[in-house]
Amino acid sequence: MKYAYYPGCSLEKTQRGYDESVREVFKALNQELIEIDDWNCCGATVYMSVKETVSLAVSSRNLALAQNMGYDIVAPCSSCFTVLSKTNRILNQIPEMHHDVNEALSEAGLNYSGNTKVRHPLDILMNDVGIETIQKKMKKNLGGLKIAPYYGCQIVRPDKTFDDHENPVLLDKMFKKCGAEVVYFPMKVRCCGGMLMTTFEETALKLNKELLACAEAHGADVIVTTCPLCHFNLEAYQNKINNIYNTNFNVPILYFTQLLGIVLGLPEKNIGLDSVFVPVGKKISSLIMA
Amino acid sequence: MAATSHIPFSMSHTEAELRQIFLEQVKQIPSGERIKRCIQCGSCTGSCPVSYAMDISPRELIALFRAGEMETIMKSRTIWICASCYVCTTRCPSGIKITDIMYALKRTAMEKKYESKAPQVQILANLFIENLMAYGRLHEGTLIRKYYMKMDLKKLFGMIPLARKMYKTKRIALFPKKIKAHEALSRIIKKANEIEVRHLPEPIEYSPEYVGYKAVGELELESKKGN
Ligand code: SF4
Ligand code: SF4
Repeated sequence: MKYAYYPGCSLEKTQRGYDESVREVFKALNQELIEIDDWNCCGATVYMSVKETVSLAVSSRNLALAQNMGYDIVAPCSSCFTVLSKTNRILNQIPEMHHDVNEALSEAGLNYSGNTKVRHPLDILMNDVGIETIQKKMKKNLGGLKIAPYYGCQIVRPDKTFDDHENPVLLDKMFKKCGAEVVYFPMKVRCCGGMLMTTFEETALKLNKELLACAEAHGADVIVTTCPLCHFNLEAYQNKINNIYNTNFNVPILYFTQLLGIVLGLPEKNIGLDSVFVPVGKKISSLIMA
Repeated sequence: MAATSHIPFSMSHTEAELRQIFLEQVKQIPSGERIKRCIQCGSCTGSCPVSYAMDISPRELIALFRAGEMETIMKSRTIWICASCYVCTTRCPSGIKITDIMYALKRTAMEKKYESKAPQVQILANLFIENLMAYGRLHEGTLIRKYYMKMDLKKLFGMIPLARKMYKTKRIALFPKKIKAHEALSRIIKKANEIEVRHLPEPIEYSPEYVGYKAVGELELESKKGN
């Protein structure tokens, strides 16, 4: 299958590990990602809180470009995924807004029907490609690696998307089939604070401390993420959390596509494993070497 | 909860104006009118990961809206600390779109230029927009640098070790890059801004009994949608 790929701003550089691993995993599974030419920022949640018509028009430009390509749009970043999905929902439910947005888009010679499907890589890998295909291409068994699957907020909420709001299971299923042990992780959909790390740092640090403590308490070797914001908060602020709360966390954080890349036997460099801040630890290193 | 500041059954001019702007916003939320159906169960507050750090809980916020206390909401910390995690929205038994309502309240507060208890959120939002307008994509380095320069220089210096780590792992783009269609995007934004202004509501004559349930009910959010 072919998909219109929308990496989003944070995947361009700061979260290149996510971008690289998504691209490589898709390639390894014979799925074609065609990057949308000259896409723009989706506006993220911050923009939504300022001007609605403007924010919808800005995100719609990307949906219109994907529509012209004729493929579903794939957005790995949870925030982009929600913003684009939400744009669709509003345009489809409020015709005046749809009309206004198209009036704005016409300034750039574009028109958007409201029909581009917004997809997340996890959905595609589990529902289009399927776990059987993944298992067939599996090169390395995770050998009981203990993972805490962390879904975060925005791929499972607010709309009914492709997994459950309260207890999503696709990551669990994926990695169980790859030989991992999925630890009990009741905080799998608890918020990491997102942008609060910049605006209300104390509050966000506390949320992330709780997530790390929960994963550690249940013996996780790694937290597996699906969202650049969760990933960054858990990874880049782990030191700070240790300093403030007198803890000793040393929990590796990997994108689910990075771990899947290891399973598929993809070279470490190609899936951005050279960009992690918390060393992956013995178990994962030996898997990579194997 | 703050004490009621007005004479029973009357609405101040400010309150009327705030409600009007807010309800216009609510109309743009699919199923926004469900705000009328709050049963004050508190599921939202109980589920919210940051309610402990709010001055008004999400449940109280809806109660205050119904009681004609928009100003108290505008001056709260709550609307700014909401992390948009959507847990309240998915758990509300009445299907109220609380997260979207938070956005509508933020927009109302910004439009009426309320002095915020958390100015940093608006500063970040404005810098974000400035960044988007300038390049079409977000350049995180520029955003964070400008933000901390405005907010807290000490923190900016505190970011240096992290920035170094990011540089070493090739996770920083030193310079922002404009998208090719930057001008076209600017035209889209300009037009959308004009449309937004065109939609500003006409002032409505409020009658004194528009308070509480009455105010919410009288506005007939649902039937207005089609006009
Ligand atoms: S969960 Fe819904 S019904 Fe219950 S208090 Fe909150 S907004 Fe009201
Ligand atoms: S969306 Fe906002 S108000 Fe609702 S639970 Fe999350 S942080 Fe709390």
